[in-house]
Amino acid sequence: MNPLPPIATRDRAALSNTQPGTYRAFAARELAPYADAWHASEAFPMATIRRIAAEGYLGMTLPRRYGGGEASWSALAQLAEAFGWACSAARSLLTVHSMVAHTIERCGSDEQRACWLPRLACGEQLAAFALSEPEVGSDANAVATSARSEGDDYVLSGTKKWTTFAETADVFLVFAQEPNGLAAFVVERSTPGLEVDPIRGLLGVRAGGTCTVRLDGCRVPRANRLGRPGMGGRFALATALVHGRLTVAAGCVGLAQAALEASARYTSERHQFGQPLMSFQLVRRLITDMSVQTEAARGLTQRAARLLEATQPDGPTATAQAKYYAAIVAAKATADAVQLHGGSGCSSEHSVQRFFCDAKVMELIEGTNEIHQITLAQDVYRRHGAVLQTNGNANVFGKTDA
Amino acid sequence: MREHRTTIREFLGQYFHIGGISDSEDIFSLGFVDSMFAMQLVLFLERTFDVQVEDDDLVMDNFKSVDSMTSFLARKESATA
Repeated sequence: MNPLPPIATRDRAALSNTQPGTYRAFAARELAPYADAWHASEAFPMATIRRIAAEGYLGMTLPRRYGGGEASWSALAQLAEAFGWACSAARSLLTVHSMVAHTIERCGSDEQRACWLPRLACGEQLAAFALSEPEVGSDANAVATSARSEGDDYVLSGTKKWTTFAETADVFLVFAQEPNGLAAFVVERSTPGLEVDPIRGLLGVRAGGTCTVRLDGCRVPRANRLGRPGMGGRFALATALVHGRLTVAAGCVGLAQAALEASARYTSERHQFGQPLMSFQLVRRLITDMSVQTEAARGLTQRAARLLEATQPDGPTATAQAKYYAAIVAAKATADAVQLHGGSGCSSEHSVQRFFCDAKVMELIEGTNEIHQITLAQDVYRRHGAVLQTNGNANVFGKTDA
Repeated sequence: MREHRTTIREFLGQYFHIGGISDSEDIFSLGFVDSMFAMQLVLFLERTFDVQVEDDDLVMDNFKSVDSMTSFLARKESATA
């Protein structure tokens, strides 16, 4: 692991107001007590979204000139951990909204920033990220949604799936294919031809407003395209995914922390064979592993945040490492939490059931575990002079060393 | 510009063995660059040379080789001089 760089002194990193206790207090008061009920009803209340917005959390990393809080990536990760600890659906809202806002900030023009960021920063508009499709998951190059240039507009046609918080979103960041490659478009919900259908009965993050989004000849102004197609579109996608992965990694740390706390509480209160569960060594082993692994995931996530705010080139890779590991830790910790709760862990009377369901989803979103295994290994091989080139179906393992 | 060229090669050398790659070779077609690495490359250029990579700059021709990046930096610096 590379040593941590010094905290950057430029821009927002210096303006960070990290208050993890405040974030946790908000999450404990406004989210945690209701999260099981939201999970059961598959709905997230708009009143809570308004309270989250009122705290400035939806625009916390955006520049002040757009109404944001100019908080650091580290502060965002701490907030995402607090939300993940309380309610993965709330963390999902934070993820998709802020990844769209951040991508507009990084990849948009001055006009585009001025148009959307003030409304996104205050939560007047909510955003959703529309990349996946019925036939497109990990392979973003295969996006089938098309963008056809027509006069001063683009006409978008296709179907997006698994779009989190599409149910309440006012704007969508839609990825579509132009003849020159992938491009990103901001599409307002009111655009004729845009339809949103909620997806019910999901395993986890059930209150996340996940929908199918249909674009049937949606006409959007040329000014709504973020950057150029091709490398510009890929850059916008990478920008969004790095942001998303950091918040998901932090959310997984929060999930694992919640599983740990619930397990410590339960095993100290529950008695079997005349003694508390915590007195059994096999129980203690699980608690120890949960604790150490959660702390390790937190360390990786904080390291990634610091690299990103220092604009270190290793930031995106560190973020992928953090997301990959934290998702595995969350899945393991929540499964162990159910195990420690026994039959009670399978009941909706205990939140560990929800944690377990939500953690499974974390291993799939923002890059599946397997995609991260492939790309992180590729990074290792590249550093050692070996590159796996993929051309169609032909894989060529080429040594590049002289 | 020679310094820029050296700095770029040093950076790339942290991520892959650059010894056998000439300054004009296309690192994209050699398979070294995926979208995440392209992002790292942009961050590196912005941070190291204090330039802002604008949206219109995001074309492969500006980043595909050491020569391309050196020329790109020269254009950016002359534009702000």
